[in-house]
Amino acid sequence: MILDVGIEHEQGAFALQASFQSDGKLTALFGPSGSGKTTIVNAIGGLVRPDHARIVVQGRVLVDTKANIVVPKHRRRIGYVFQEGRLFPHLNVWHNLLFGRWFTPKGERTASFDHVVDLLGIGHLLDRRPSTLSGGEKQRVAIGRALLADPQLLLMDEPLASLDEARKAEIYPYIERLRDEGRVPIVLVSHSVAEIARLATSVVVLSEGKVVASGPAVEVLRHTHSFAQGGLTEAGALIEAQVSGHDAAYDLTVLQAKAGTLSVPRLSHPVGTSLRVRLRARDIILSLKVPEGLSALNVLPGFISSIDNAEGASVDVQLDCGGDPVVARVTRKSVEELGLKPGLAVHAIIKSIAFDPEALGVASAENM
Amino acid sequence: MEGLSPEEWTAVRLSLKVAFVAMAASLIPGIAIAFLLERGRFWGRQALDVLVHLPLVLPPVVVGWFLLIGFGRRGPIGAFLAEHFGIVFSFRWTGAALACAIMGFPLLVRAIRLSIAAVDRKLEDAAGTLGAHPVWVFGVVTLPLILPGIIAGMVLSFAKAMGEFGATITFVSSIPGETQTIPSAIYAYTQVPGGEGGAMRLTLVSIVISIAALWLSEWLARRVRGRVHA
Repeated sequence: MILDVGIEHEQGAFALQASFQSDGKLTALFGPSGSGKTTIVNAIGGLVRPDHARIVVQGRVLVDTKANIVVPKHRRRIGYVFQEGRLFPHLNVWHNLLFGRWFTPKGERTASFDHVVDLLGIGHLLDRRPSTLSGGEKQRVAIGRALLADPQLLLMDEPLASLDEARKAEIYPYIERLRDEGRVPIVLVSHSVAEIARLATSVVVLSEGKVVASGPAVEVLRHTHSFAQGGLTEAGALIEAQVSGHDAAYDLTVLQAKAGTLSVPRLSHPVGTSLRVRLRARDIILSLKVPEGLSALNVLPGFISSIDNAEGASVDVQLDCGGDPVVARVTRKSVEELGLKPGLAVHAIIKSIAFDPEALGVASAENM
Repeated sequence: MEGLSPEEWTAVRLSLKVAFVAMAASLIPGIAIAFLLERGRFWGRQALDVLVHLPLVLPPVVVGWFLLIGFGRRGPIGAFLAEHFGIVFSFRWTGAALACAIMGFPLLVRAIRLSIAAVDRKLEDAAGTLGAHPVWVFGVVTLPLILPGIIAGMVLSFAKAMGEFGATITFVSSIPGETQTIPSAIYAYTQVPGGEGGAMRLTLVSIVISIAALWLSEWLARRVRGRVHA
């Protein structure tokens, strides 16, 4: 087990009572502001001393309040990438990057400087001062600085929250490469479903200091009730698809998934690239017959695998489309009128425009 | 206008020596006290704060008087130091340095304390997660970040020492060649007929040294600030 966490902590009126385990390469802690995400990573990193806790990372007990064990932060070997970077202003990029290395025992310095610099594309910044870097560059340097301390685990507390969309898009590929390399497991705090859909292999959903769902990203993201806190519109399926061609005439890209072919607005990825695509439940319509005369380009045939019980007007219908899990948000009324039930053959209809480009990540199959 | 007389030169050299020693000797205690006052949470912190600031608000003569009864030959501390360590303050230039150090101490501590308050403690946390022991964090993160404040404090302490008069003359008198610093010498000149020339010369020297110190500190602070601030 990479991560085994159980924390009880009170801070004023806020009470955190969370426990979860994860073996994911990138575990996302998801939840609204004030749900306890940052307190958890701070407890793992040693910046907060929880009232009662047991925290085990890669088999090493960092905190066990019952046994009176609390490893001080400088001996935890937990990398931490902060929301605001926190680069040392009096040191240049090169010295910032090597800061943690001074304090790493010689025998444990395995991260290669050149490799990390290359991975993050920061080789041209080494002589610069942090004050001269852009937000995106600062965060890449902050990630590199944490990696070069050879951590057992990398914590990222909303590392992209202060960046605009363009800068985020600049960083995502680096985090994906880091995850796919798999040397250091990552815990990412995020309140963006798109970000999680793109990056996470495991998800822990928090609400008001409690874990409401945890498990593989594909599973957790498909179920609406994980997102009780205002996230009702955000549930969706994650499927893997390859770029099979580009249609220059209509500015479209054709993706091939197990479920079928999908046309989406033109992407820059070359043919053959594996992508993880998020299909939001609210963007999918169900039809009993093969639809005709529709403007929507994507029709995926499949079977209903289950119907989530939900309160209110809407229901999540889980589908199996050629082996890919898909989920559609429909009204309870439609379920009754169409007679939807598990086992029934249906067609899922998705508008091409509905694809969420921010949630589109490059993925290798093992990280789905 | 003719050059400085040998006696005047002696006063200038002595003043520089006293001011430099006062500044240097109070530096490390100043940093330590500034940290205690800014970061410490202990009983008696308020009292320490008041004690450190007293020289700023008390009449200098009162401070000199306290030094005289505390650190004089017969004073409890003075007698102890003289007996066990052979350190004598009364009527020596070291006494002048002590008086100057104490008078400049609140200025030194205030400047350093302000810069400590301005340090982003999150940077210290970040250094901790990178494996740095708290002692190292202080040395390689906190200290460089408060350097502009330390420089400012040192200059204030030095300038205060160059101008200190009341506490010094009360504690160690005005002995030419031993405790007669520039201000004491100027005062002495004004007390004798025909002393205007010497007073004027020393006043000019005093102005030049003050401006040079200010300029040096500005230059240093600008160099450091360029490196420290984001």
